[in-house]
Amino acid sequence: MADLAERLLEICALDGTSGDEGAVRDFILSHISADEVTTDNLGNILVFRKGRKTPKNRVMFAAHMDEVGVMVTDITEEGFLRFGAVGGIDPRVVLGRGLRFRNGTPGVVGTKAVHQQSAEERKKAPDFPEMLIDIGASSREEAESRVSRGDCAVFDSDAFCFGDGFVKSKAIDDRAGCLIMMDMINGDPEYDAWYAFTVQEEIGTRGAKAASFTIAPDIAVVLETTTACDILGCSGEKRVCELGKGCVVSFMDRATIYDRELYQLARNKADELGIPNQTKTLIAGGNDSGAIHVSRGGVRTCALSVPTRYLHSPSCVAKLSDIEATAKLAEAVLGVFAEL
Amino acid sequence: MDILNTLKELTGAKGVSGDEKIASDTALRLLRKYAPDASADSFGNVTALIKCGKPDAGTLMLDAHIDQIGLIVTSIDKDGFLKVGCCGGADMKIMLSQSVTVHGDADIPGVISTLPPHVSSDHSKVPEVGELSVDTGMTKEQAEKLVSPGDRVTVNSAFRVLSGEVVSAPAVDDRSGVCAILAALDMMDMSQLRYDLAVCFSAQEETGERGVKPAAFRIQPDEAIAVDVSFGRTPDSVPHETAELGSGVMIGVSAALDRGMSTALKSTAERCKIPYTIEVMPSSTGTNADSIGVSGRGVKCCTLSIPIRYMHTPIETVALCDIENTAKLIAAYAGGESNG
Repeated sequence: MADLAERLLEICALDGTSGDEGAVRDFILSHISADEVTTDNLGNILVFRKGRKTPKNRVMFAAHMDEVGVMVTDITEEGFLRFGAVGGIDPRVVLGRGLRFRNGTPGVVGTKAVHQQSAEERKKAPDFPEMLIDIGASSREEAESRVSRGDCAVFDSDAFCFGDGFVKSKAIDDRAGCLIMMDMINGDPEYDAWYAFTVQEEIGTRGAKAASFTIAPDIAVVLETTTACDILGCSGEKRVCELGKGCVVSFMDRATIYDRELYQLARNKADELGIPNQTKTLIAGGNDSGAIHVSRGGVRTCALSVPTRYLHSPSCVAKLSDIEATAKLAEAVLGVFAEL
Repeated sequence: MDILNTLKELTGAKGVSGDEKIASDTALRLLRKYAPDASADSFGNVTALIKCGKPDAGTLMLDAHIDQIGLIVTSIDKDGFLKVGCCGGADMKIMLSQSVTVHGDADIPGVISTLPPHVSSDHSKVPEVGELSVDTGMTKEQAEKLVSPGDRVTVNSAFRVLSGEVVSAPAVDDRSGVCAILAALDMMDMSQLRYDLAVCFSAQEETGERGVKPAAFRIQPDEAIAVDVSFGRTPDSVPHETAELGSGVMIGVSAALDRGMSTALKSTAERCKIPYTIEVMPSSTGTNADSIGVSGRGVKCCTLSIPIRYMHTPIETVALCDIENTAKLIAAYAGGESNG
């Protein structure tokens, strides 16, 4: 478990905003060994890994490499940076914290001090156009020597293990899925399978469209993280799913109605093997499945997710036991789906 | 004295109002280099008297507050989440999903709990402190072994060097003031002093200038300089209410301050060619000067402020040269400028 935490924090620490996943891609490429590994035109990594048996169905696993972040849109005369979100970010989790550009330049995001805000201003959290990144530059020229328009930055926050087997980091969405796939590839898979490490999921599941077209699977299994809201102030179905209750198998989210048989088979297999599993109590979120299941002539699709709190923030929180459960179930469903 | 490293050391030592021990121990250790008899009182104030040896010398009090804003644990929920209250005026806009440290029996990492978009879709809503909780990843039973109501919570943020001169960290308010006083002592030629110096790193400024009241009463100074931070300019701020970072020390002029001191500080700055700006505060100052001024039989007071951006957030940003120029003016005013 300690090893899992260490490896997860290592891959989460890599910078890879959508469309700028190079560092994550290089890391994965240097840490997997498979029968065929290609990088396509969009930057997806497509992997074929032979197993001990040849399956009846062509099964593809998918996890996305990209993470949410920000992109510089303008540099002011005073040397501050205007920026927009890459992916869906609540602007309130950007204000008052550090960011890091790919070239290592640090920045912080602020507005005028709370003391100087009017009563009206104090009541309203600023949106992206009202916030600026401060890189300590005192002029546009100085800022431009370190950062250019179009440059991306990620959350620069600490990462740690805490509490009862929990882990906190940026980008657990979806480096957890990437790590599970890397372990499957580097393990001893029962069946031949394809693995897609996709790009640009956060801006509209774009990489998965091409990956799924190229691999042309019969069945796809998306390995993801999904919103858990098992926190104070949230009760009943609005908790969606809970940390510590195992792998989340989805029947529907906002992008996909999952194949009913695959959903049931996955849950049955989990129960049979004693792998903790749960489903979502609310139709929320979406992932690469949305693109994959309507690819080519249609792909039967299943999503296995790690329940995660505070997604798309510098402080995603997951439980290691849920990642282990998801990894075990991913391996188990390959055997089921291969011969379906 | 190396201002960057001293500030880093001071901001790295936590000390939320009323629980300043770690920060004041650090300041005490640094102060003892110049005043071996420095001590901490029961309130948490760190004080020292440095005699100039001249029989008729008055006492000049140099004050900076050692406490920082934070949160305070009020209760532990049945699921282990910590409810919190404010300890000082933290900016609620920056709280969501922040990485925090709970200063319990040990330093415990945690995350400020955030409701995800499916529960709270208004991204402009500023949470009330009562809506915040700290996720420690522990059950109630586990949490109760390490955390008690009254424990302080600080927001984690790195010490970042944004450019050669500009750094960003939590608690720059008012560790930069502490740093400026230490730097002033370091550059003074003590044999030239025209005052006995009473140094005070005071507790509980952020909760209502409380620590300095007993400290000033005991010291009974003739004059006092409160060294604190003030508003640095951001593109969205009002120019005449702010000073540019790097523009030097801000000399206070206010109905609550001694005009003679303001004038003398200004002419000292001009004589010694120390960059400065005038900070006009028509009524009172909102600093310890307000309390020191009415201590005992009354004390002549002035403020020297260091401009910072993003006051009361974890990314308070300051220019090191402003700390240095504040130190120079303190040293020069005290009569010890010849070494400066």
